[in-house]
Amino acid sequence: MTAWAAREHHRFEAAGKPFVYLVPSAAIFELDEAADAILRALGERPRTREELAGGDDIDAALAELARVQAIGAVSAPPPQTPKIIPLAPFPLTTMVLNVTNQCNLSCEYCYEYGEDKIVDTEKGKQPKFMSEETARESVDFMLKESGTNTIAHVTFFGGETLLNFSVLRKTIAYARQRGEQLGKQVDFSLTTNGTLLKPDIIEFLAENDVGVTISIDGPKEVQDKFRVFHNGTGSYDVITPRIKELLKRHRSRPIGARVTLTSGKMDVKRIYQHLTEDIGFWEVGFAPVTTAPGRGHAISDSGYDEMLGQFRELADDFLAASVQNRHHGFSNVKETLEELHKGVSKAFPCGAGLGLLGVATDGDVALCHRFAGSDSHKLGTVRTGIDRDAQRAFLETHHIADKTDCRTCWARPLCSGGCYHEAHTRYGDTRRPNLHYCDWIRGWTDVCLEIYGALAVRNPAFLTQFDDEPAKEPVS
Amino acid sequence: MTHLKPVNRKAARVERATAQDVVALQRTGLPQLPHFPIGCSLVFSPGWEADRAGGTAGLCQPVERDLFDCHIGCYWPAQVPDQLNHAPDWTSKCAAAQKDWRKIDLIFP
Repeated sequence: MTAWAAREHHRFEAAGKPFVYLVPSAAIFELDEAADAILRALGERPRTREELAGGDDIDAALAELARVQAIGAVSAPPPQTPKIIPLAPFPLTTMVLNVTNQCNLSCEYCYEYGEDKIVDTEKGKQPKFMSEETARESVDFMLKESGTNTIAHVTFFGGETLLNFSVLRKTIAYARQRGEQLGKQVDFSLTTNGTLLKPDIIEFLAENDVGVTISIDGPKEVQDKFRVFHNGTGSYDVITPRIKELLKRHRSRPIGARVTLTSGKMDVKRIYQHLTEDIGFWEVGFAPVTTAPGRGHAISDSGYDEMLGQFRELADDFLAASVQNRHHGFSNVKETLEELHKGVSKAFPCGAGLGLLGVATDGDVALCHRFAGSDSHKLGTVRTGIDRDAQRAFLETHHIADKTDCRTCWARPLCSGGCYHEAHTRYGDTRRPNLHYCDWIRGWTDVCLEIYGALAVRNPAFLTQFDDEPAKEPVS
Repeated sequence: MTHLKPVNRKAARVERATAQDVVALQRTGLPQLPHFPIGCSLVFSPGWEADRAGGTAGLCQPVERDLFDCHIGCYWPAQVPDQLNHAPDWTSKCAAAQKDWRKIDLIFP
């Protein structure tokens, strides 16, 4: 007699109903009583049909669970996920252009200038500012590598991006013109610390429909703890009036805040309320600081637990608002809900080195903006194109199938080992999964699954907004 | 499905994709019959002996499948036991040849 065993899954409850998230397919099913009882019984240990008491109902439920591979015969080996490397040339979706590696702030935790920096931006080989010519070559590179895509995303990054506004402005004009000639739409966005948002710059960004993300950590005392000028004075008082000007004038695209969370007292809800209600941001995204362990600003294990608790509270607010079709700007939830809705099951944690590339000030192409300028993470130059051998070698060694630690984790369809840069900073190796935040990732995925399930029951129309949205990665 | 309700888009795809089991040489639209090939060359059976790289790893059907195809429908004298009289349960543990072929044991008269 066949004995049945549960396959990889994560059971959760939402709106009083049981659901299952299947791994690695990332499919989400709502279970009825019979299916739920079977899955729970098999979750404890394998059982034969006789051990699962019940009538015809049980047979039908068993068949359905087996059909979607939530369970399988205990004697059959679980299906293996094949290691498939995407075919080159993979079209480039997003190019992050580091137009400068200089900054007018000295945030202690910065991955570009702080203790964990990869590239020497002071005495290194790269110019401090990208030249107009390199920026034009980058645009040509982007349009060529975007293949058959009809839209190309260009994100300007730094350093402080607006320190090189003159090149940025000319690059946008050039990209528009080249895009038109080639029949491609070019979408622009940038990240800035907000210090240089002068009226003429704000006017330009609004007129040119440039998406803007502001790096800001929260209320004055939070912002001024790390985000300081070179002389140590805080930046809060300088940036808030400018951001308010921007929010007033630039209405064509939602403007988001990007918060770096560090050690010490954390108050996610207060930061969120301050940034949305007091300042007026449409969306706020939070990310724990990327750092080597042991630094003063590094988040400890208990810090991750605390962060999860606070994220959960804010996520509950998101749910309450979304059930009533009110906007809520906690973008971390929204991004995860979109991936859950689509059933994303990742072979790689992000698009770095695949659909997303970073360009350093000298035109060197790297995995992403966080590695821009690093010779050991170089994937070609904008002049010579993508180094396909290096790209292939990178993909071969960073596939989820090679991350043994992740093999039994139910959250791997979404996490896939986590950020390469985080792993590099933490362990000195981009191939390592980020084991220091596994509990946090599983906890957070569980929170988002509950919200997803609750929305599927209470306001399914809300989820249809994720149906056709093209995948676009947040750059931080 | 009545016991499971697909919720996200991937679940809907899984439901569609598993609506009918796909087996080798299946002709869609017709009732599924047991597979009895009529000789090796008369039936379109891609990837029978070797895959495109000349090996057996990428065959459309597992090589072990030959055992059944040959001894039932083909003139090729495959060395298999008499499943009608002597060893009716010979393949009972072998639900899918590709996975379970090791469970086909030797038969001693």
